Amino acid sequence: MGLTNSSTGANLAGGTRILLNTTAKKVIALAGNPNVGKSTIFNNLTGMNQHTGNWPGKTVSLAAGRWQDCTLVDLPGTYSLMAHSAEEEVARNFICFDHPDAVIVVCDATCLERSLNLALQTMEISSRVIVCVNLMDEAKRKGISIDLDLLSGRLGVPVVGVSGRRKKSLSALTDVINSADFPQSSLQLQYCSEIEQAVSALLPLVNTLPDMGIPPRWLCLKLLERDETLTAELLSRQDIQPLLEEAGAALSAVSLDHTQLCDLMAAAAVNAAEELCRGVVTYSAGKYNTFDRRVDKILTSRAAGYPLMLLLLAIIFWLTIEGANYPSQLLSNLFAKGQILLTDLFTRWGAPDWLHGALVLGIYRVLTWVVAVMLPPMAIFFPLFTLLEDVGYLPRVAYNLDKPFKRCKACGKQALCMAMGFGCNAAGIVGSRIIDSPRERLLAILTNNFVPCNGRFPTLIAILTMFFAGASTSSLLSALLLTAVIIFSVGMTFAVTKLLSATLLKGAPSSFTLELPPYRKPQIGKVIVRSIFDRTLFVLGRAAAVAAPAGLVIWLMANVSAGGVSLLNHCAGFLDPFARLMGLDGVILIAFILGFPANEIVIPIIIMAYTAQGSLLELDSTWQLRQLLIANGWTWSTAVSMVIFSLLHWPCSTALITAYRETLSRKWTALTALIPTAAGVLLCMLFTAAVKLLS
Amino acid sequence: MDFPETKVKEVLDMDINLNDIKPGQRARVLDLTAQDSMRRRLLDIGLVKDTVVECLGRSPGGDPSAFLIRGAVIAIRSEDCCGILVRPC
Repeated sequence: MGLTNSSTGANLAGGTRILLNTTAKKVIALAGNPNVGKSTIFNNLTGMNQHTGNWPGKTVSLAAGRWQDCTLVDLPGTYSLMAHSAEEEVARNFICFDHPDAVIVVCDATCLERSLNLALQTMEISSRVIVCVNLMDEAKRKGISIDLDLLSGRLGVPVVGVSGRRKKSLSALTDVINSADFPQSSLQLQYCSEIEQAVSALLPLVNTLPDMGIPPRWLCLKLLERDETLTAELLSRQDIQPLLEEAGAALSAVSLDHTQLCDLMAAAAVNAAEELCRGVVTYSAGKYNTFDRRVDKILTSRAAGYPLMLLLLAIIFWLTIEGANYPSQLLSNLFAKGQILLTDLFTRWGAPDWLHGALVLGIYRVLTWVVAVMLPPMAIFFPLFTLLEDVGYLPRVAYNLDKPFKRCKACGKQALCMAMGFGCNAAGIVGSRIIDSPRERLLAILTNNFVPCNGRFPTLIAILTMFFAGASTSSLLSALLLTAVIIFSVGMTFAVTKLLSATLLKGAPSSFTLELPPYRKPQIGKVIVRSIFDRTLFVLGRAAAVAAPAGLVIWLMANVSAGGVSLLNHCAGFLDPFARLMGLDGVILIAFILGFPANEIVIPIIIMAYTAQGSLLELDSTWQLRQLLIANGWTWSTAVSMVIFSLLHWPCSTALITAYRETLSRKWTALTALIPTAAGVLLCMLFTAAVKLLS
Repeated sequence: MDFPETKVKEVLDMDINLNDIKPGQRARVLDLTAQDSMRRRLLDIGLVKDTVVECLGRSPGGDPSAFLIRGAVIAIRSEDCCGILVRPC
């Protein structure tokens, strides 16, 4: 998951379903710690666009892709296979019950010891393991060298070194997969004598069970551990109740309690990994991570941590606004010419007025507005933000913001979901899976919509530029205003999180650990090409799918009359009294309602509605747009209400469907829509009332 | 049963936990008092007995703190650090 074509917007609602192709010769699983580059390797092998950011916990469900005649399955990143969390359970169950033909354990060359811990645990379950040491280039840069042959000899399984970002370096891995002569015996974790004794006591009984394709020794260990998720799964297949009782007896025979057993087992894996690395990993440069530490000292310092966060945000906004000006202008002019051309054609063919109206004034105009006004800022913001993510800055944001989130009795990782929300709220909602506590996860889902997504940024930018940054369209001022708006939305996130923690979702903050991964050189070219392509194509597709019919509907509403008044006026008139209380008007409210499938079309619909009623305007600059809005009764307070309501209203349909899929509850889905809407309506009304009182 | 306040303080002073390790200092893990899921999580990231941990810094709000644990940088909240008993080294 993450911010790619397949993980944002409409595709999310479709969900990722594993397609274990029956014609595939082999099924190969990719396992590994979070953030070791599994997804990069997966993408490079399969050509799929799994999201690859530099923060732990991106693959939150299984993804499968085709590579040669194999099906490659990308398992979620886990530190262990003890099945403590949903991801670990998914990964463990796949290796355990789906019997992949091979499991590639992707290790981080810069942090090999910890990766090997997982490799050792995997080797307990599967005999067909390939250890793939990724990020060899990064390790080399840091002066870390790894003796792959020695490691392979010690483990007894194939070990290959790759640099996943470079496609060519994967040939070593593909060679091993293709040859795939797996050794029958590989290194097995040895535990202390008490545990080994208990295992020996249990082993004969386990051997009497019908073969389930699960190694007996490992099954003994899990029975001793009383692994609930696994035993539940096994109980559904076999009557293992007597075995569980035997395991309890075997454990007390060696006088170990459950906690001691778990500690000893975990320690055995950790210590074995440490032992394995001795002599395999050598550090030549002494302090290999001084650069990261230095950067962290600045980015997370008491004095500069928060200001730098805001500065980075402001710079991104400035680049977005400044960069979008020119292409926006260009596209507007182009489309305006196109409209004249189309109108010409229609008149030449003698097409009826209603056809020209519906197709050109309705569909064409809304569609081109979406492309001209909305697309450029989105196409710039998105890759910039992705770069920030690629470098590894987002976990630092979570680290910096954990304290305020803890005050709201929430999890610092909610900052990561919030950051994802800037790209796409639906992606942010899915991203909440990285939070373990169900209560804190719900908090993240319910409040995700409080930060504006990529589709709402252009609306905010347009309004701020038109009404507050002055005629000179100073992009710096717009960027600063937008940053202020974002601070407000983040503040709302905190406030609502705190409110929910005190009311509907009471509870104490749960414990949490957050990894701060090494900074990585961003894949600039790749990010830009992919974001623009994915994003551009996606927005164009959505524009055609949503904006076109919406344009048609609004044109029909404006031109079909009942009792001498157009339908649009009827509806707008109906909503108007309520909208006025919020400082908006009926048309704006209709635009927001029609914008339910995609927030990108709100402004285009407003323009469409205004121009359809009155005289036709040539709208090729934001300044003329401002004139149009002012002619329709907009003031600065309308603009403020519009900004507030853009930030705080119902999520788009995709985000809402995603919220339902994540919570599987109508109640929480309804609240996901109701809470921001109520907050928006209330704040708009309060603001409008205050303005009326003061003026 | 009530303990006199001084007695409680004495007992607490004996147990140095990860919160007492200042940025730049290192410590060796003695024991975990954390329970259940947090205990398992800490074990998973490699905090078994005798593991050497270095405090790298604190977040701008003063909490959580970042620790270098077996080559990885992990942030842990002060509440959770209480459950990690250490000896400075």
